[in-house]
Amino acid sequence: MTTILLSNIEIIPGKRVSQHLGLVLGSTVRAKHAGKDIMAGLKNIFGGELGGYTELLSEARQEATDRMTEQAKAIGANAVINVRYSTSSIAAGASEILAYGTAVVLEEK
Amino acid sequence: MEALIQLGIFALLLGLGFFFGRRAEAKHYQSIFAREDELRQIVVSTDRFPPIEFTNHNAQLVSGNVVISVDYFKRVSAGLRALVGGRIRSYETLLDRARREALLRMQEQARAAGADAIINTKFETSRISGNSNKGVASIEVLAYGTALSPKNKR
Repeated sequence: MTTILLSNIEIIPGKRVSQHLGLVLGSTVRAKHAGKDIMAGLKNIFGGELGGYTELLSEARQEATDRMTEQAKAIGANAVINVRYSTSSIAAGASEILAYGTAVVLEEK
Repeated sequence: MEALIQLGIFALLLGLGFFFGRRAEAKHYQSIFAREDELRQIVVSTDRFPPIEFTNHNAQLVSGNVVISVDYFKRVSAGLRALVGGRIRSYETLLDRARREALLRMQEQARAAGADAIINTKFETSRISGNSNKGVASIEVLAYGTALSPKNKR
């Protein structure tokens, strides 16, 4: 099977939804490690981008997306449309990333 | 004596934050302006449906994120401002920079995929609680949307 198409619009140009398979989601909870936390503490004085956190969160988001894609593959979809991301900090130093969307089967129009 | 040392440390942090923070912000704005000019050909919109001329394009999810924090000086000045209320300029520029940076990263990803438009752009802002729970620690901004790229190019 080819790669799953991901998109956050409902209507994909040139394609038609032939089967609607319902909601799929993937989530992950990540904590920062101490070394990065110390660097971030310094950055809190000088200001500016926290590169370590940016990387950490984009990795986490990739992980959540991968889990969602796995779930979509398992139920036989070839696309996930209307994808949304959501982030929440559940405790000091840890955050949850959730990706969810609608799994569908697309066919060429 | 001890109080004096503490005052000294506070003043030092304030000074460091003021100089380095101001320099970092000026540099960041310069880079934002330069890259915005460079990426202007990639149209970003919040339309939910592809425009009619894009109906034969490939769709693909693109995103960009950034975590950014304020400097010590701005945090203190925002704390003082919170006593009397009103606009907190220092946080306004922080959020503005973060949003534009996230948008630029999303556009860069779209350009790498050969796209010429991004539709249905969404923003997501979340606060990252640092090791201390006082004040605003740092914020993360995520921008994501659907990039539309012409079929023959790929």
